[in-house]
Amino acid sequence: MPIITYRDALSQALREEMQRDDRVFLMGEEVAVYQGAYKVSKGLLQEFGEMRVVDTPITELGFAGVGVGAAMVGLRPIIEFMTWNFAVLALDQVLNAAAKLLYMSGGQYNIPIVFRGPNGAALQLSAQHSQSFESWLAHIPGLKVVTPGTPYDAKGLLKSAIRDDNPVCFLEGEMLYNTKGEVPEEEYTIPIGKADLKREGDACSIITNGKMVLVAMQAADQLAKDGIKVDVVDLRTVRPMDVEAIRMSVMKTNRAVVLEEGWELAGIGAQTVDYIQRDCFDMLDAPVIRVHQADVPMPYAKNLERAAKPDAAKTIAAVRKVMYLD
Amino acid sequence: MPKKKQDNPAASGGGGASSSAPSNAELNQEMLRSMLLQRRFEERTAEAYALGKIGGFCHLYIGQEAVSTGAESVMRPDDYVITTYRDHGQALARGMNPRNVMAELFGKVDGCAHGKGGSMHMFDRSLNFLGGHGIVGAHVPLATGVGFAIKYRGGDQVCVCFMGESVVNTGAFHEALNMAGLWKLPVVYVIENNRYGMGTALERASAIHDIYERGASYNMPRAVCDGQDVFSVRAAMAEAIQRARTEQIPTLLEVRTYRFMGHSMSDAVSGTYRSKAELDEHMKRDPIVLLRMHMQDQGEFTDDQLHALDEEIKAQVQDAWDFAEASPEPPLEALYEDVLV
Repeated sequence: MPIITYRDALSQALREEMQRDDRVFLMGEEVAVYQGAYKVSKGLLQEFGEMRVVDTPITELGFAGVGVGAAMVGLRPIIEFMTWNFAVLALDQVLNAAAKLLYMSGGQYNIPIVFRGPNGAALQLSAQHSQSFESWLAHIPGLKVVTPGTPYDAKGLLKSAIRDDNPVCFLEGEMLYNTKGEVPEEEYTIPIGKADLKREGDACSIITNGKMVLVAMQAADQLAKDGIKVDVVDLRTVRPMDVEAIRMSVMKTNRAVVLEEGWELAGIGAQTVDYIQRDCFDMLDAPVIRVHQADVPMPYAKNLERAAKPDAAKTIAAVRKVMYLD
Repeated sequence: MPKKKQDNPAASGGGGASSSAPSNAELNQEMLRSMLLQRRFEERTAEAYALGKIGGFCHLYIGQEAVSTGAESVMRPDDYVITTYRDHGQALARGMNPRNVMAELFGKVDGCAHGKGGSMHMFDRSLNFLGGHGIVGAHVPLATGVGFAIKYRGGDQVCVCFMGESVVNTGAFHEALNMAGLWKLPVVYVIENNRYGMGTALERASAIHDIYERGASYNMPRAVCDGQDVFSVRAAMAEAIQRARTEQIPTLLEVRTYRFMGHSMSDAVSGTYRSKAELDEHMKRDPIVLLRMHMQDQGEFTDDQLHALDEEIKAQVQDAWDFAEASPEPPLEALYEDVLV
């Protein structure tokens, strides 16, 4: 099976879906002539032309709304945000238009749109460029929120997102674009809303999503050296959340660590823990522990940034704690 | 049409309907019917609101009916309309069944959105009526997107986007018109300048007062017309729509009108931000009276005919009321329907 980057996996998904359906177009800042701020759209302008690969001014609120309007009348837009940090300017269109038009119109106007771009912290980009938005978006009924952590998942989920008749927020990662993994040459899609057991064990469940899947796998590797085998449950989609996959894992391991990239309060992990206490209360051998970003804006200095981010060491410490090893 | 700032923009058309009126008696009767339906419908809407049959925010269009009707008179059925929360008049002018509009206001299952949207969110996909939208300015980029889709498909439809004058101070307006001007999209942006954004006068909100001039920033043709004179609206819209349809050039059209009621049902009609005297002055130029007087001057319409038409429309509105009253509440299982497809 070919090994390709997360970036190329996304690029393949875009190309294949644009070939498959001429209602699909890509719009955003620097997606066309510049070939994509992160080169995800490299070559697409040349292949599909300027009506289908559209450079916009720096105008997030505006072009997000253009996407919603086009989707109302039958097109299938892919709106690229250079990063989700900038998408905050467009949140009104995601929240008040894309997510609500189907409901407010009594089922008349569905919005088949994908909002996509990198989410979360890269390296030393400091406070305004290092934020995780999955919990913000997952709060909103009417959206689907997808956070692939591997090239395989990125391609299969992006194809599903583009084919979905609902608005899908698709959260990538700057630090993921160069990561590599196996991606089959043949056509495949991955259903939205299905978690994936990335590692099997019986000592503890690490439940996570997005970029933190890599962190969880590093932690699992380290723990395995000490004979501690953990489940790594990659949620892949945070709305809707695969509650059954969480339940199955925790019923087996009786212990859980919930790892997320964003802040603690009202985070994805808070909801995950709520599902666990509701479904697995009598099966738990220890309180669930959460690993997350420190409750501060992201600092610039290397040491402070490292201290703020969730990482493998913090995850390992949490696993050992729920196992009463430390 | 005025090209300079005026103290009383809505009075720009003079005391009566303009001389550019077509002599088409049938068309005039249709326009009168459309405007009268909006008026009578909303008079009953206010009554139903007072009786507690309608809840939430409710923004009436009374006084502005020549804008919706004049615009619709030159549009095609396959064109698109998108507007704000002040949407009852636009919905009826577009051809929505008054029964479904009233049932929506009553929060009933036979409403156009099955009771999910209410006053501010009328939709009718079968009429390309893309809805009433509740966040000031936020629907303007959607209109640009509809224009983009028309161009993408190579069609010759036009999207008409109605908005109040307070919209022009939002970022969404600027972003949306810039892209439409840049990409040459078939959209007509119609500012229904009714002088007040809620209680704030245009002069207290916008650095320039001839707001159609803002079109210059977007390299966009721009015009202003008299929103109390349906012929003035019709002529200005005909030009803008033709330009959008045949040349794919957007237009910013400022229509100077006046709302005769408060901002919403919870707002006093006058006394705080505008005087009774100002209101009375503007109400002398009721768009329905102006059209009726023109038709009577032309011998197109007798008092008896007017009376008969009015009675017919009142009965139609009563029928809508009765229909809404009789329609059941939405079933509770509908609560979780239409969140996703």
